[in-house]
Amino acid sequence: MTTETTFLKVDNISLRFGGTQALTSVSFDVYPGEILAIIGPNGAGKTSVLNCLNGFYRPYQGQIIFDRKDLTRLPPHRIAQMGVARTFQNIALYTGLSTLDNLMAARNIHMRANFLQCLIYWGPAHHEDIAHRVQVEEIIDFLEIEHIRKAIVGSLPYGLRKRVELGRALALEPRLLLLDEPMTGMNQEEKEDMARFILDIHEREHMTILLIEHDMGLVMDIADRAVVLDFGAKIADGSPQEIRADPAVINAYLGEAN
Amino acid sequence: MTVLRPAGEFDTSYAEDMATIRRKWQWVLLFASIIALYMLPLYASQSMVALVNRICITIIAVQGLNLLTGYTGQISLGQAAFMTTGGYISALLVNELGWPFYFSMPAAALGAGVIGLIFGLPSLRVKGFYLVMSTLAAQFIIPWFTRNAFKDLLNGAQGLNVAVPVIFGLEINTPQRYLMLTLTALIITTIIAYNVSRSRLGRAFITVRDNDLAAEVLGVNLFRVKLQAFFLAAMFAGLAGALAAHQLRHINSETFNLTDSIILMGMLVIGGLGSNLGPFFGAIVVEMLIEIATILGPVFSDILPSTAYGAVQALRPLFFGTALMLFLIFEPRGLAYRWNLMKAAWRLRPFSH
Repeated sequence: MTTETTFLKVDNISLRFGGTQALTSVSFDVYPGEILAIIGPNGAGKTSVLNCLNGFYRPYQGQIIFDRKDLTRLPPHRIAQMGVARTFQNIALYTGLSTLDNLMAARNIHMRANFLQCLIYWGPAHHEDIAHRVQVEEIIDFLEIEHIRKAIVGSLPYGLRKRVELGRALALEPRLLLLDEPMTGMNQEEKEDMARFILDIHEREHMTILLIEHDMGLVMDIADRAVVLDFGAKIADGSPQEIRADPAVINAYLGEAN
Repeated sequence: MTVLRPAGEFDTSYAEDMATIRRKWQWVLLFASIIALYMLPLYASQSMVALVNRICITIIAVQGLNLLTGYTGQISLGQAAFMTTGGYISALLVNELGWPFYFSMPAAALGAGVIGLIFGLPSLRVKGFYLVMSTLAAQFIIPWFTRNAFKDLLNGAQGLNVAVPVIFGLEINTPQRYLMLTLTALIITTIIAYNVSRSRLGRAFITVRDNDLAAEVLGVNLFRVKLQAFFLAAMFAGLAGALAAHQLRHINSETFNLTDSIILMGMLVIGGLGSNLGPFFGAIVVEMLIEIATILGPVFSDILPSTAYGAVQALRPLFFGTALMLFLIFEPRGLAYRWNLMKAAWRLRPFSH
């Protein structure tokens, strides 16, 4: 494919923490409407790539182009406003808020009520809250979390929290969704639910999804393409079938055959 | 905590679901209690009314601190300094420019808010203890400024005498009359604090408190939100300071000091951080304790004449310190949390779960 259809272009990014080289010249493209998996052993730099995409880390070299705009120097909240949402490996919800308010808080970037209108509340701020509540309720319906709508998320079990976090990312109405290990620590049933939600989102909204996952079987099932990282460098890139057959990938995961 | 509702009561719109007051009798009760408070001078003694005045002013300052510390999670020990700022601004506007108090007090709130913005600037870079240190700076810089800068205007360490507020030719010079003023101010600030907490602004505040990294990645401009919180907190403090200055008819650099900042924080902890009821509970309980200490002081010194002078002085911090310690150990979420538990238990009666 040509660069014209590339949705997200990660071009030669390198990241360093003190003396540790976290990422070395990583490049890959994401095409609109696909599910791309980033896989690799622990410490390979998968989450670092996501953090660079978010603007949370600054690569010292390279460029990230999202929908023809350069993200590399933008602050995190600007990147989110451009339509990049994510979930976290270790759940990072707003623990003191209810499920509903977690999602409403994410709608913040679409809300326009100004400081003064918030102080007065009656009028614009109130109407806006109701309008956004409708959209948030749709996500709650979709993720089947109606029963915990008003529960404080700090008290929810792990699997539900993961789901609320996905809901919070969806509430941003992103164009690119970054999922950092959405299925770790879940049982088989919860994993299947989550996979179903991810595929549903993908099919309903044609959303582009970038996914980090360790469960290879699952990656093979739902990803269109995969990028393999090892020690901060990309070692393979292609369809799941190609990846599975790639000797470099087998080496990284299983060790040398000799 | 899911709100427990009586059986058979359902909402039919999101506006209804979001409403705070749902039943007609709740409105009636609310207005009846507000009117009862306004009528307080008719049935309470002067010292009682003075106490209520003091509590109202304190609640306003704690409400501001609650927005900053309770909702946004930015710990501040500079609240009393912003009260000083508000007091001086209002005093100067009334004395020098002859403004009426109903203009000078909002102006004092705004002015203190702007000063609060300046001392909120470090919050982008530092968190927790380090932020406490930088807000503590306000507590030293602002009183120093009032003592040493513009001596002909601010009158140095002696401070300023503040004129009695006058409205339509009526001098507000007794606690009874002043109550009308403090109650009105308290109602306004309560509505504002409540509106902030339920709007997108309040949600943004809480996201910064609960998980600032996630908030940033999900589109919250941390710097802006923290500054908004500092502005609001200082604004509330400025209004409280102006009210207190006009009541005392005097302000100097020591009217509100570091101890007041700490007591305001203690009130918030006792009342409950991040709850709109917290400031009410905290301010009332601590002001009552101080009142009890004042009453018990002479009794104490009668029993133990050797400690006569010290006992009166020592009882207040002793009471406050003990209360704070007990709350930190037994009810760290404050009285507001306990109140909610009690409400839930009442609605579930006679069952325990």
